[in-house]
Formats: sequence, C-alpha cells, structure tokens
Amino acid sequence: MGNLLSLTTFFPLLGAAILALFLRGDDAAAQSNAKWVALATTVATFIISLFILFGFDPQDTGFQFVEDRDWLLGLSYRMGVDGISVLFVMLTTFLMPLTIAACWNVTHRVKDYMIAFLVLETLMLGVFMALDLVLFYLFFEGGLIPMFLIIGIWGGKDRIYASFKFFLYTFLGSVLMLVAMVVMFSQSGTTCIGACPEGVTGLLGYNFASETFPLFGIQIVGGLQTMLWLAFFASFAVKMPMWPVHTWLPDAHVQAPTAGSVVLAAILLKMGGYGFLRFSLPMFPIGTDVMAPLVLWLSAIAIVYTSLVALVQADMKKLIAYSSVAHMGFVTMGIFAVNQQGIDGAIFQMLSHGFISGALFLCVGVIYDRMHTREIDAYGGLVNRMPAYALIFMLFTMANVGLPGTSGFVGEFLTLMGVFQVNTWVAAVAATGVILSAAYALWLYRRVVMGDLIKESLKSITDMTGRERAIFAPLVVMTILLGVYPSLVTDIIGPSVENLISNVETAQAAYEPATQIAEIQE
Amino acid sequence: MAQIILFAPLIGALIAGFGWRIITEQGAQWVTTGLLFVACFFSWIIFFTLPMETQQIEIMRWISSGTLDTYWAIRLDRLTAIMLIVITSVSALVHLYSFGYMAHDENFRHGEHYKARFFAYLSFFTFAMLMLVTADNLVQMFFGWEGVGLASYLLIGFYYRKPSANAAAIKAFVVNRVGDFGFALGIFMLFFLVDSIQFNDIFAAAPELSETVVTFLWSDWNAAEVVAFLLFIGAMGKSAQLLLHTWLPDAMEGPTPVSALIHAATMVTAGVFLVCRMSPIMEFAPWATGFITVVGAATAFFAATVGLVQTDIKRVIAYSTCSQLGYMFVAAGVGVYSVAMFHLFTHAFFKAMLFLGAGSVIHGMHHEQDMRNYGGLRKKMPYTFWAMMIGTLAITGVGIPLTHIGFAGFLSKDAVIESAWAGGGAFAFWALVIAAAFTSFYSWRLMFLTFFGKPRGDKHTHEHAHESPTVMTAPLGVLALGAVFAGMIWYAPFFGEHDRVNRFFGIPTTHEAVEETGGEEGEVAEGVGVGAAVEELAEGDVEAAGEAVTEPTDEEHAEASYAAPGEGAIYMSPDNHVMDGAHHAPTWVKVSPFIAMLLGFGVSYLMYIRRPDLPGKLAENQRPLYEFLLNKWYFDELYNAVFVRPALGLGRFLWKRGDGGVIDGGINGIAMGIVPFFTRQLGRLQSGYIFTYAFLMVIGIALLITWMTIFGGAN
Repeated sequence: MGNLLSLTTFFPLLGAAILALFLRGDDAAAQSNAKWVALATTVATFIISLFILFGFDPQDTGFQFVEDRDWLLGLSYRMGVDGISVLFVMLTTFLMPLTIAACWNVTHRVKDYMIAFLVLETLMLGVFMALDLVLFYLFFEGGLIPMFLIIGIWGGKDRIYASFKFFLYTFLGSVLMLVAMVVMFSQSGTTCIGACPEGVTGLLGYNFASETFPLFGIQIVGGLQTMLWLAFFASFAVKMPMWPVHTWLPDAHVQAPTAGSVVLAAILLKMGGYGFLRFSLPMFPIGTDVMAPLVLWLSAIAIVYTSLVALVQADMKKLIAYSSVAHMGFVTMGIFAVNQQGIDGAIFQMLSHGFISGALFLCVGVIYDRMHTREIDAYGGLVNRMPAYALIFMLFTMANVGLPGTSGFVGEFLTLMGVFQVNTWVAAVAATGVILSAAYALWLYRRVVMGDLIKESLKSITDMTGRERAIFAPLVVMTILLGVYPSLVTDIIGPSVENLISNVETAQAAYEPATQIAEIQE
Repeated sequence: MAQIILFAPLIGALIAGFGWRIITEQGAQWVTTGLLFVACFFSWIIFFTLPMETQQIEIMRWISSGTLDTYWAIRLDRLTAIMLIVITSVSALVHLYSFGYMAHDENFRHGEHYKARFFAYLSFFTFAMLMLVTADNLVQMFFGWEGVGLASYLLIGFYYRKPSANAAAIKAFVVNRVGDFGFALGIFMLFFLVDSIQFNDIFAAAPELSETVVTFLWSDWNAAEVVAFLLFIGAMGKSAQLLLHTWLPDAMEGPTPVSALIHAATMVTAGVFLVCRMSPIMEFAPWATGFITVVGAATAFFAATVGLVQTDIKRVIAYSTCSQLGYMFVAAGVGVYSVAMFHLFTHAFFKAMLFLGAGSVIHGMHHEQDMRNYGGLRKKMPYTFWAMMIGTLAITGVGIPLTHIGFAGFLSKDAVIESAWAGGGAFAFWALVIAAAFTSFYSWRLMFLTFFGKPRGDKHTHEHAHESPTVMTAPLGVLALGAVFAGMIWYAPFFGEHDRVNRFFGIPTTHEAVEETGGEEGEVAEGVGVGAAVEELAEGDVEAAGEAVTEPTDEEHAEASYAAPGEGAIYMSPDNHVMDGAHHAPTWVKVSPFIAMLLGFGVSYLMYIRRPDLPGKLAENQRPLYEFLLNKWYFDELYNAVFVRPALGLGRFLWKRGDGGVIDGGINGIAMGIVPFFTRQLGRLQSGYIFTYAFLMVIGIALLITWMTIFGGAN
C-alpha cells in the first residue's frame, strides 16, 4: 500500500465530492443521507488509518509510508509520518466520526455542513503528514477556511465578530511564517522537510545560520535562527493559543456550533504544538535555546492567568475554552523543556486534551441542544433528571482536573516533571494551575449538575439519548485506557522524541554564542 | 492474595455502581460488603504471616518516559500490612453498619435509589486507599492519594441537594489539592535528584541526598530537607494539619459512616503513613522533621481548643480527629515512626467507633446533631452508650499509670507524649499534655451532654428516640474490642524493646539497643503479661524473625550491622535514640498525660453534671475567647479574605481589563481598523470576509511560488 497516507488524507474529500455532486434537495431524507454519507466516510477513513497505526514501526525514528511525487511548478508532493505525527493522524481520524455524529440535530444547510467537515478533515490530516514546506503551508492555512465557514454560517449570534477575530489572529501569524518560509528556501534551496530525494539535505537536517547580528542596534543572539524561530512562533503561538494571543479562542468557541468547538479544541489547536515539534525545535535549535525561557514563562503565566479567568466565567463554553488555553500552557511548557518527559508529556497532553476537551464541549452541547443556553446560571440540579449525564460530566471534569487514572494526569504530570528539571520556578508556578483547575472545574460542575432541581424550565429535561451515549463511549474508553496504560502512547512516540532531543542537543552543544559575540565586537 | 485484597473492593464498586439495576440495591449492598469481608480476612492473614523481607509484586507497566519507568505494583511490608488491616477492617464494618444507617435516608425522596451508589463509593474509596498504601513508587501512591480525594469529594457531596454539602465537597478537594501541589513538587524533586521514583532507589539514595545541595526556587537547599518538606506539605493537606485543616470539619456534611471510615480511621491518616513510609528521607532531614513536630503539636493543641466549644456532635469528633492526627505527626516528627503507626492503629479503632456511635445517636434522634438537644439517652440507647463509653475511655487514655494495662489510647497516646518529651522539646511535650487535658474535657462533655442529664430539645424526638438495629451495633462491638485490647496486645511490637520493634518492622537488628534497654526489660515484660498469649500471634512469623535476629549478631560486624535506609519498613538512623529516651522518661513525664486526663474529666464533670449552669456563665464572662474558639480561630474568614475573594477579583480583573481591555483593545484596535477596509472592498461578494481570507492566502501562495520559480529553482 504505497499510497496509504494519501488514501487516508483524501478519502474524506472523496466523500465530500460525492455529497457535492450527487446529493440533491434539502428535505429530511436528503439531510439524513448527507449525514450518513459523512459518517460512513469518516468511519472508513478511521479504518484505513488503522493500517497506518498497525504498520508503523516505533523503533524506526525516520519517516515511514513516505510518498514522493512531482507536482506542479517543480514542487513536489511529499508525505510521511514519524512517531511524532502518527498519533495526531490517529487522533483526527478517531474524532471525526464522533464529531459528525454530534451534529445529527443540525437542520440548517446540512449538506454544506457535512462537506465543510469532510474537507476540514482532509486538510487537518494533510498538516500532520506533509513533508514539504509548501504543501504544509497549503494544508495549514487551508484548514482555516472550512473552520471559518463552520463558525460563520452555523455559529451563534455574534459569529461575525468571532470569525473576524479568528481570521485576523491566525492570518497575522501566518504572514510572518510565510516570510520565514521564503527565507528558509532561499537559504537552503529546498522546500523538502524530511525523507528527501538523494543528494538533498532536508530542512530538518539543514543548519541555519546562527551567528549573532545586530538589528536596529539590538544584538540578535542566535541570528537568523532566532528570527526564523520568532516568525514561526508567531503562527504557532496564535494557533495553540498561547497567552497573550489567546483571546480569539474563547470567542470562537462560544460562537462555534458544538461540533465546530470539538474539532477546534480537539484537533486544530494541536497544529500549533505539532508545528513547534516539527519546525521550531529541530530546524532552529539555537533559536529554541535562546527563546525557550520566554516560552516557559509565557506558558506558566498562561496557566495561572487563564485559570483565574476561567474561575469567573458565566458561560460554560467560555469557561472550558479558557481551561483549554491553560492546558495548552502545559503543552508549550513541556515542549520547550526539551527533555524526554517534557516532550512525551506535551504530546500526551495534546492527545489527551483532544479527548477530554472534545468530550467537555460535547457535554455542553448535550444540554445546549435541550435548553438553548450556555449560561451556567440557567442550570442547576441536573443530576436529578440526568444521572447518566452527571456521571459522564463528572468523569471528564475529573479528567480535566488531571486526576490520576485518567489521561489528563499523565500529560500534566510528565510536562511538569520535565519542566522541573529545567526551571523550578516555572514548574512551581505552573503547578498552582492544578489547584485552580480543581476550583473552576468543580465549581462549574456544582452549579450545573448538583443541587436541587428548582428551575421550572428544567423540570422536563431528559437524560442522554442512545446516540449521545454512543458518542461518549469511545471517549470514555480512551480517557481511562490512556490513564491506566499510557505506554500505549509513550511506546510509539518515545523513540522519535528521543531522536529529536538528541538532534537538538547536538546542535546546541556545537554552538558557542560567547565566542561569536566576542568576534563581532572585534 | 495481595491482588485479591486490592481489587476486590474495585470489583465490588464497579458491580454495585453499574450493575445494581440487575442485582438490585440489596444485591449491590451484599456484594460490596461481602467482598470487603473477604479482603479483610486476607489482610489479617497477610498481617500474621508477613515475612521479614519486603515483597514487591508487579502488576502492569504504567507511565514510562525516558528514564522514568513506573509500574502498578504492590509493596508488602509491615507498614503496608498495618494499613491493610486498618483499612479493610474498618471499611468492612462500616459497610455493614451502613446497611442500617442508610436504610431510610431523609435526604432522598421516596423511591429514589441511592444505596447502591453509596456502597459503590465506599468500595471505590477502599480501593483507592489500598492503592495508596500498597504503592511501590511515589506516583502510584499519588494515584491513591488523589483517588481517595475523589472518593472523599463524592461522599462529602453525597447529599447533592444540600448546598452546604456541595460546598464542603469542593472545599475538601481544593484544599487537598494545595497539599498535593507540594506532594507533586516533592516527587519531581526526587526524580530530578535520584532519577527514579521507586521507593527502593529513593531509600538507597537517601544518605547521598543529605549531602547534596540543590537549587529550588530562590535559594540553595539541602536536598533531603527540601524533599521532606515538600512531601510533608502533601501530608498536611490530606491529614488536615494546621493551615490546611479547614476542610475536615466541613467534611462532616457527608453521611456519618463516611466520616468514620474516611475522615477518621483511614484517609486522613494517609499523611502520617506518607511520613513513615518516607522515614529514610525524614531521618536525614532534621529541619523538616522539626517542622513536622511543631506543626503536629500546634495542630493537636489548636484543634483541641476548638473542640472544647463545638455543639455539633460530629464536629467535636472531627476536631478531635484533627488533634489526634497532630499527635501522630509529633511521633513521626521526633523520629519514632513505630509509635506514630501505633497511634494511627489504635486511633482507627476507637475513633471509628466514636463516629459510628455518634451516627447511631443521630440515627436514633432523627438526624438531630446538636448536642444541646440531646441528654439522658443512656437508657434509650444502652448499647450505643456503652460503645461510646469505651471509645471515650480509649481516647482520653484511661489506664493504670506506669504499667502497660489500659485502653488502646492510653498506651499509644502516652507513647507519643513520652516520645515528644524525649525528642521534641518543651513546646511539643507541653502542647500535647495540655491537648490531652482538653481531649478529656471535650470527650466527657460529649458523653455528659448526650447520655446524661435530662432530655433537652424537641420532646417528640426524644419520645421516639430508639436504639439502632443490630446491624449497626454489631460493628460497634467489634470496634470496641479493638479500642480495649489493641493497645495492650500490640504495645511491645510498636513501642517495646528496640529489638522487638525492629523485628516487627522487618529491620535487620543490632544488639546495642538491647543493652541499653536492658534495665527496663522486666517492666515491659510485666506489663505485657496481660496480652502475652495473643502477643505471639501479633508478632507474626516468629521463626523467621528469630533467624533474622541471630544472623547479623557477629561481634565483628556489629558496627556494620545497622540497617541501611530501605531495609525494613521504617528506618531509624543509628543516631536516633529517641525511642530509648522515651523508654527512660522520668516518672512525672509518664504520669503527666494521666493527670491531664483526670483534670479534664474533673472539670467536665463539674461543668456538665454538678453545675450545668457554669458553661453558660463562663461563655458569657469570656465572650471574646468563646467567640474566637467557636469560630475556629477565624481561619475560614481569613482564607476567604486572603485567598478566595482576591482570586475571584483577580480573575475578573484579568478577564475584563487584561483580555478585554489590553489584549483585545490593543490587537483589535490595530486589526479591526483594517478589516472594514477589506470588507468594503469585497462587500459585494457574498459573505465577503471568507473570501477575503481565501483570497489573501492564494495571493500569498502565488507570491511564494513565483518567487521560488524565479530565484530558487527547487532542486
């Protein structure tokens, strides 16, 4: 199966094409057909992707399933996965069927909605597999369009503002990344990232200049690498999102439909973290070395800051969105600790957050579908009529809080452990987030679920349907399975991460900024 | 066998929690309780047949990342075995007791199902607690640590309709998290230093740690000290020590069996267990253990003062628990870990009994908890009365001074106080002695107010007051046995001759200690006479123990035959002579807790039997002091003002001003100025902003590709 990656990536697009070309009308039957086609497509994609997972050899730290073809304008189409990316591919294919199933109640322009999600899946998968700069950029930026449509067309009442904000933040970041890509190409003469043809050194192996140079009177330590690092950082930091460029996320989440929120939180945010691991660390190790302290502190601030803000939210989705930012803080922190526990933990945290935040947004969706409000104050005492819901919400609340035995714990614990070895201050500040997360998450749970059911409007609310339970079941299984046996993940990512770290450390060891500064001064 | 003990409660919890619709609520109750009794039975077998060597049973891999490699594993040594019998015994009895207590709960409406859930939670708690004590590494212990926190949260908030219960549940979880914060940092520090979180590796590295200097936050510290200190912060949270104690009294919102199991006998003692488990580190951290002693003594004193004036029967016992935990920490802090475990062990019996007794009273009085509305219940609840009487005699420490005959608390508490005298300095010693007097006062006050005098409060309630069913009084009887005999039977292995203690805890012994304590041997033997027959049993595998004694006694190797850290369940460094010092304490020290006890009893008798008008007058005369104690030293108010409200205020400020004002204001101000320009340009197109974006992206890519084809010529 030489085309396994392409098949996985473009299979959803095939489903989208079928919908676009052959499905006519907008009656109930057509809507139902559209949903079933989309569901079948995503399930099939997941099954295909399982072949990638089972055929993947964790011990091989290079790229696997590599595809290399000539493409237009002398560019090449190059795909491949390694230990760092393969599980993100799996995360995407795993979550998409659940996402589709979660929008079963949508009635507005159903066909278009399904197409948007299917196209989005293709683009997201492409991001995690692309091994060529241009290809990566296309997938990376292209993914925003369907997301944009999802918020803009099927969103809440302030969707216009939210989509503008989403657009501006991500776009401004991307412009800088685009400039950096141009510079990278002019320096190295290639757009190939890894697994390149004979005679070509890929960008992963290219040694970008790191001589310190002055700019507007400031000595730029790490030189070009630092500049490039910053440019990529602008894009990925917005994507994560990191403090202080996080404010688009709560708005986007609040306005997005449930399924949109799930994809946004569970998969799209992970592109930032993946970008750091694929580009920033291996390609600009010196830049990383120079800028890591900044990232560590931004992460620590993000964790405490957004946790405090989450404490006072009145809108459930906003609260969970802020909590997402805090959890992404653990990810960036772990990545820039640049050690095994830190990066293992960061990847683990991203995967785990995919399940947990996805599930939490689905939890909001369940009651939003019934009451059409996200106001925390509109609820209370749901446990009286919705025991199954109360149980599931409890589980994911606890996972969000990082209770050991759930996957949330492993990521938080490993990243903190990794950072502790680098900077005890950052670790200590970030660890206070563990206290705050307990406060805001349990308080939310108490206000929504606990207490007596007094509100007249809630008296006839019904518990979760079979469909809803079926959506949660796989998420419950993954959250607990990865919490009890996390080696499932760490065994796959471990060797690749180890390889990444040793490359970064080798490059950093060879670099001696002090002597270079001295030379410049002479 | 250990696996069965560990997983039986989990299986019970899962069956009861998810399968009760199939096996009915009755079935769920029987399954959980039955499995608990099985676990209890096996635990006692393990306790009596424990070999000298520490056993490690691996179950499954857990977190592995780089050099971090953790396993789900069971560590079996004396510490674990003690905890096993405490947890499974009390838990099994509490399960049984709950049949009666939870039969008709007024907090739930007719026809609502809550019993299966309650039993599932209880069993789940037991599982988490067993995970905690059988852990072979710190991370697994942390799993149990947080797991019991979850169970505690669920059970405190069991009456989910009560706002006060929900608030108390969150408070318990969050305050515990503050402790866990320290615990986690301690684990990180140990991993950073030792590159492992396995107990064996950590203990082996302990001597080295004491000579390592490590940078943590703003300064350089001794590694052993900082690790011990951080771990103790975790212990403070779980064991409700001063500053992190505020959750425990509120936790009384949970059903009373929960208070007995979690908030008296087992979970709250996890902190003491942690300190004892980490004794190899603690022994190398004199400053940290000094801190533990001071905090323990201060808590013992503080909680006892608050207990003096509380009127809610459960809160009195809660503060009493808090205070007794302080005693245990003092013993651990001065380095006599065996005595800390001894008090933990006896306390589990008599405190669980007091709580279950209180539960029986509450049950019989239709959920009235205010002691001011009790009185004269002696006749109506004779079994409960006698059980509570035994519990009171045990906690106040009644016994024959200078012998080893007395109720459980007499032996263990006196051992703690003697250890405090020998190793803790004047503050710890006097704080504990005064606390002993207070303990006696409030315990008797509770007895007098509840069972003596004339019935007060609602007449109707008193008319219907009744003794609890057998299923509730039977567990009281079993615990009463423990409260009476546990001290006498197990005195020698916990606080007897050095050799005996070493053998019990599986420590390869030396003979130096025996020589020192030689003079006292007669006395010890005399006192132990009462339980001599049972004692053989208590020692467990006598033969193996005997061999171990003879083995390392080579005269030549006398010097080297001190146990290394990690050999045996606890570690006492060769310089640690506190236990011997405690044995040789002067008579006045040994008698002082007894006198304190009499004093407390006397004052209590005077105030609540002879002159019932006195307490009111005293409260009137000493208004500020009374208010201060009644309001628990105003800790809740202080924390609200210093932590809770500022956190919320800061959150609101950061949200409105930070996110809304500065960040959005700044970025949007620039950006939003540009957007309308584009939308105007492209406004004619449908939903123009989407096309704006697509358009710009395409332009970007076009530029990139053009530029590359002109200048680069890829490949």
